[in-house]
Amino acid sequence: MSQETTIKEHLETHVTDHDHDHDHGHHDHHQSFISKYIFSTDHKTIAKQFLVTGIIWAIVGGGLSVLFRIQLGYPDADLSWMKPLLGKWITPEGHIAPEFYNALITMHGTILVFFVLTAGLSGTFSNYLIPLMIGARDMASGFINMLSYWFFFLSSVVMAVSFFLATGPASGGWTAYPPLNALPAAASGSVAGVDYWLVSIVLFIVSVLLGGLNYITTVINLRTRGMKMFRLPLPIWAFFLTAVIGLLSFPVLLSAGVLLLFDRNLGTSFYLDQIYIGGEALANAGGSPILYQHLFWFLGHPEVYIIILPAMGIASEVLSVHSRKPIFGYTAMIYSLLAIAVLSFIVWAHHMFMTGMNPFIGSIFVIFTLIIAVPSAVKVFNWLTTLWRGNIKLTPPMMFAIGFVSLFISGGVTGIFLGNSSIDVELHDTYFVVAHFHLVMGVAAFFGMFAGIYHWFPKMFGRHMNNTLSYIHFWGTIVCAYLIFFPMHWEYMLPRRYPTHAGFDTFGMFAQLNEFITIAAMASFAFQLIFVFNFFYSIWYGRKLKEQNPYHATTLEWTTPIRPGHGNWPGDIPEVHRWAYDYSKHGRDFIPQTEPLSQYEIEHGEHGDEMDSDVIAHENDDHQS
Amino acid sequence: MSQSISHKRFIIHPYKFNMWLAIVAMIMMFAAFTSAYVVKKADFRYWVDVPFPQMFTFSTITILLSSVFMHLSLVTFRRNQVSLHRLFMLLTLVAGTSFLAMQIMGWQELYDNGIKLNGNVAGSFLYVISGAHFLHVAGGVIGLLVFSVFAFTRFRNPVDTLVENIHPYKQIGLELMATYWHFVDVLWLYLFFFLQYS
Ligand code: HEM
Ligand SMILES: [Cu+2]
Repeated sequence: MSQETTIKEHLETHVTDHDHDHDHGHHDHHQSFISKYIFSTDHKTIAKQFLVTGIIWAIVGGGLSVLFRIQLGYPDADLSWMKPLLGKWITPEGHIAPEFYNALITMHGTILVFFVLTAGLSGTFSNYLIPLMIGARDMASGFINMLSYWFFFLSSVVMAVSFFLATGPASGGWTAYPPLNALPAAASGSVAGVDYWLVSIVLFIVSVLLGGLNYITTVINLRTRGMKMFRLPLPIWAFFLTAVIGLLSFPVLLSAGVLLLFDRNLGTSFYLDQIYIGGEALANAGGSPILYQHLFWFLGHPEVYIIILPAMGIASEVLSVHSRKPIFGYTAMIYSLLAIAVLSFIVWAHHMFMTGMNPFIGSIFVIFTLIIAVPSAVKVFNWLTTLWRGNIKLTPPMMFAIGFVSLFISGGVTGIFLGNSSIDVELHDTYFVVAHFHLVMGVAAFFGMFAGIYHWFPKMFGRHMNNTLSYIHFWGTIVCAYLIFFPMHWEYMLPRRYPTHAGFDTFGMFAQLNEFITIAAMASFAFQLIFVFNFFYSIWYGRKLKEQNPYHATTLEWTTPIRPGHGNWPGDIPEVHRWAYDYSKHGRDFIPQTEPLSQYEIEHGEHGDEMDSDVIAHENDDHQS
Repeated sequence: MSQSISHKRFIIHPYKFNMWLAIVAMIMMFAAFTSAYVVKKADFRYWVDVPFPQMFTFSTITILLSSVFMHLSLVTFRRNQVSLHRLFMLLTLVAGTSFLAMQIMGWQELYDNGIKLNGNVAGSFLYVISGAHFLHVAGGVIGLLVFSVFAFTRFRNPVDTLVENIHPYKQIGLELMATYWHFVDVLWLYLFFFLQYS
């Protein structure tokens, strides 16, 4: 017995033990409710925990945006009816207090970026799909995986508690720039809110890192026999690279946050210099707020790709499956993901063109920024060509995947504008930027997430979601998303983060447009509630899944039982013989990855550059038999 | 017991892989700290040179020693030399703990020289960076404590010993510990030279 088999056996046996429990169908035979649904180490359960927590946060975060949009759209209206909810944050005139308006946008951004589109998206789908799609019984370490969720939970609790502080939650923007966020005197949210915010984010970083370790290790080490890197379904590549980006960038945010905590609480001056409050100079000297921006955006920019990469991966898979065609340019898709991942680390200063940086340095960042458009365009091209002459099934996940492509294009185009520093000087911190990143990241990533949820819901819960409601959700959401964010491009001189523009004559012309956007925002929120209802209702009452492989997909997750237990496959893990995209090949609708190549069949993309590392450990099946 | 590594080019225990990745993350964190330091230092208007604590030289020697002990305790563990393993485990623990004590004495020295946490940013960096490292070592010392307890509780009879030592899966814990410990050692070495000569 060789060393490696023993290790592998250990890993295998500890999950196969559970398998036997499941063989006779009683899933909760030996497990208590707590160990099955709460402190579970099963990647599928943890994925659902991330998903449900993400959905709850999405409702909260989205709800906040409705509140501040109402204030923006109706600056003169009497909003006293919000008093039961917001209490003292409604001024006597019936407006949302300006400092609370800022708290609302800050929390909205933080919640959506970190809790929903990072934890809710990566956390859900990386956890759910990695083991199922690569043919592993679970993550490399189920325990670390469980910790990852519970750190996220703790982080959520801290953030939630900060809403109830007397001085309100953090209000200095999701980017938490000093000095605004460093000095209690600067804003009411900076009194205590920012401390909660920072603690919450630190916990969140721990969660992301613990999760990421597992995703990477699992993809590298636990692929089933035959699952070469270049046979992996694209979502797995996307999740893998997302985790790599996170592993390299989140620790930097941790450092930035720690230094900010010191500045706030222990009188250091990392970010503070020559500040006067009420005419009096503070003792702090020698720091630099720009330093914080560098550290923040070194994470911040990769973070936006952490959000979009999983959505790209999911969309690629869904587009291919539902057009019954292989994904166009599989290898190009992988290399473009890689290129994006690498480039995402050298463009951060495009968020800082207005900080007075040396224009020379600025132009270097302009060039790198614009280069990112190339791999992005490659991906868009490949999605469109995948659709081209496909046998397209306009199922709900497919609708959302196509919607994703549309939104990504619309929002990406404005990135090119912003990437040019000379244009950005005009556009920085206006609604043009808000339009850009909501389309390209916010809504697009949501669409990727919806595509994923609709596509894998039957696998996750053994039931179908209601189709009619799904279509209503899709059309309502895409129409509203464009109605909200398209007009924002015209507000390219309107500064963002102002509670009201009423005091400025120039901006008077936007009053009606703002009202219009607010109405669309409220409608879009309502459509999301349809989704929430559909989701939870279908978990318990949806039409039951009868077929093991309802979409006739090639990938491994559909070879598991309809309701897989812990360990995923009751018997041996299937072996893989081909890539994930053999659709409409040799007159067949699809050929599962588990089917050996026929004698004269040539595998897709017989190229010499496979990373031939599928040798890892998985040969132990041989040893055992 | 054949070592049939040959037909597998690439084999690493997933937990080890996890550990290496965690180390990458920690490196990124300290890279952020030290690059912030470089950037701030380049802005010479406010930078003052901070007298580097003498004590840190001794603590450096101590942590280097502790790494040697750690290595020996792993080697002896693998060779089944229980009492030597116990000895080296304890020595590692003692050296690790002394390192922590010496770091605190180093800070005291800084403080006595008039360098305050909330004073010049050069001093603040010194405290914060060495402090972040301190926490990583402290975590390691807790680990060492656990493994020292194991060393004394686990090998009561020959059969236990055999099971503990031969089973590669049982080794992994100590191997992870050693990897981590060498990492915080090398990390300190880097910081030690960086903070003095960068
Ligand atoms: C074609 C590629 C892209 C280019 C050239 C680009 C360029 C830019 C630039 C220059 C800014 C700064 C604008 C300013 O604050 O003045 C910006 C903001 C932003 N971009 Fe992009 N972008 C691109 C794609 C993306 C993608 C794919 C995402 C997310 C998935 C994204 C998310 C964001 C976010 C979140 C912000 C605003 C952050 C904030 O200030 O709050 N961008 N983009
Ligand atoms: Cu960016």
